[in-house]
Amino acid sequence: MSHTDYGETEAVFTPRPDLPPPASTVGLVGWVRSNLVPDWFNGAMTVLAIIALFMVIPPIINWTLLDAHFVGDSRKACKPNVQIIRDKVTTQGTMPDGSTIEVQATADRIVIPEGVTPNVRWERKMVEGVVRAKGREYAKVVVEKDVVIEGACWVFVGIRFDQFIYGFYPREERWRPTAVIGIGLLMIIYALTDGLPHRGRVAMFLLIPFPVIAFFMFSGGVFGMPHVDNAKWGGLVLTIIISSVAITGALPIGISLALGRRSQMPIIRWFCVLVIEFFRSVPMITILFMALVVLPLFLPAGTSFDQLLRVLIGVTLFVAAYTAEVVRGGLQALPKGQYEAANALGLGYWKMMRLIILPQALRIMIPAIVSLFIGIFKDTTLVQIVGLNDLLTMVQLAVTDAQWIGLSKEGYFFCGFVFFIFCFSMSRYSMYLERKLHTGH
Amino acid sequence: MSDSAADIDVDQSKLKISDEIAIQINAMHKWYGSFHVLKDINLTVNQGERIVVCGPSGSGKSTLIRCINRLEEHQQGQIFVDNVELTNDLKNIDTVRREVGMVFQHFNLFPHLTVLENCTLAPIWVRKMPKAEAEEIGMRFLETVRIPEQADKFPGQLSGGQQQRVAIARSLCMNPRIMLFDEPTSALDPEMIKEVLEVMIQLAEDGMTMICVTHEMGFARKVANRVIFMDQGEIVEQNEPEEFFNNPKSDRTQLFLSQILSH
Repeated sequence: MSHTDYGETEAVFTPRPDLPPPASTVGLVGWVRSNLVPDWFNGAMTVLAIIALFMVIPPIINWTLLDAHFVGDSRKACKPNVQIIRDKVTTQGTMPDGSTIEVQATADRIVIPEGVTPNVRWERKMVEGVVRAKGREYAKVVVEKDVVIEGACWVFVGIRFDQFIYGFYPREERWRPTAVIGIGLLMIIYALTDGLPHRGRVAMFLLIPFPVIAFFMFSGGVFGMPHVDNAKWGGLVLTIIISSVAITGALPIGISLALGRRSQMPIIRWFCVLVIEFFRSVPMITILFMALVVLPLFLPAGTSFDQLLRVLIGVTLFVAAYTAEVVRGGLQALPKGQYEAANALGLGYWKMMRLIILPQALRIMIPAIVSLFIGIFKDTTLVQIVGLNDLLTMVQLAVTDAQWIGLSKEGYFFCGFVFFIFCFSMSRYSMYLERKLHTGH
Repeated sequence: MSDSAADIDVDQSKLKISDEIAIQINAMHKWYGSFHVLKDINLTVNQGERIVVCGPSGSGKSTLIRCINRLEEHQQGQIFVDNVELTNDLKNIDTVRREVGMVFQHFNLFPHLTVLENCTLAPIWVRKMPKAEAEEIGMRFLETVRIPEQADKFPGQLSGGQQQRVAIARSLCMNPRIMLFDEPTSALDPEMIKEVLEVMIQLAEDGMTMICVTHEMGFARKVANRVIFMDQGEIVEQNEPEEFFNNPKSDRTQLFLSQILSH
């Protein structure tokens, strides 16, 4: 009789103890192996990336920080305070036919005047140039000369800072937008931090009474605060006003449109489809022009309707249409069983939506909704074409100022930096939320 | 055929049926588009009955029980639950859904709520019960299904069997007079089927009216007082379990039983 050996089996099953993983898969070594050099191709990519970073990062740091000028009250502060002397030098030139010739060229030499600490760095460089030789012909020469290293002139941004932030808001009233945005920001941070008491109430306060308070603070005319016409609102403050109104308005409107689009009632469904498709099919610039030019045609003659308000309505509906489609995607992603379970427990439509469906759909949709909002924050720069002075417009006004001509790099760098700060924080918060909700259940 | 109910004891003396009619279905038809899923269903269920519905897939058994709490709409005939007729009248639908609990194959717990919140949601929002009272009831039914210690976890942290027991507790919190089970153990591992069946048997012993779509024939033999066999949208045969399994009358039933009992 044949007998297969299945090995020895213990009468009592005792699980083996857990062993630590191989050393090459954990810790620093494991991280480097899995992230930097998993194979030769990715290893080569890592090397290339490091070289590229070395080429790009030091010049940026030099320009923005090391060689930059921060202190001063006029453009002079950014001008080199050293003397540049132009020497005549005799050097060898190369003629177009390849022959060499002795020519006179000029070369800059930097001299530090008595008692002056130089405010710039320079380096001695071999610089190629062209000089006239033999009447009409030109010769190529290489001369050694001092070259000033260019740095950013942040003095410009410093002096124009208030305008970048507040636009043409009167100087003595600027505490008002500062207070509103500061308090608003603090409340947003409070409402978004886990574990603090009454977060929900703070959020409700932000959504309902706060915008009204903010409006009166901006606009004035009450409690002895002088009226500030909204044509004077501008800069970063205006960018924040437009984007926060659009975002807070678009979420409820978008959710309603999404629910309406899935409604059983044809009239509601068609209306919602019409609104969504219209606003999604038209570029934002067109919406802005329409809000400005076309909307007054539909209003009774003589009603004047504030320009900023029209823009706000246009932008909000535009964002709402996109939000609606994102939310609809979230609603569709939920398994049918969730609806059935809610129905079977006797929950009506509104309670089911509020307690079961929307909380889950919005969680799924957080990344998409946040990236939509990041996009809209950046798109607010389009309002300049209808004559509103947002941050970018203020920067553009400043760089075309004759006194500061040629400093557009600094202006746009600052503008980009501010947008980056806002968008990057939104993006990080959404990633954090995603992680948290993912592990939550 | 798994028989996870084989070694569970059932106290037959506790299984009582009253004369009161719980569900009455008269000549009911249902179509999905042009597809005739349910054909001339007539069924009367008394309070306290335990009915097992079986049949091949696509035979309409799930659709039948989903019609009883109006997750599906029927197009012809009548359904009365506790003497309330199911029509388009939303009020009637609400009344019926409050009295009828349902347990699904895939549990359908609410993943964003804790186990206890799953249980208290409907009592608080549908029955308008104070939160403390709802939580007390929730904990009581979590004890009934033997997982009170999981109350603060999220459904995703539980095993399939535990999730199904939470789903049963969630339905019980609404204090239903009738429970519908739509293949409650089909998505579970063999080791977990038994823990769910135990809870269902306990419910039967407590006098709950149950209609259960299942392939657990051991459960049917021990707990059901009637087994219904459906095929192609019709009730082909119904009988007491002993008679149904030992002496099936229709050739279709015989074929079905031979297929599911042969392994």
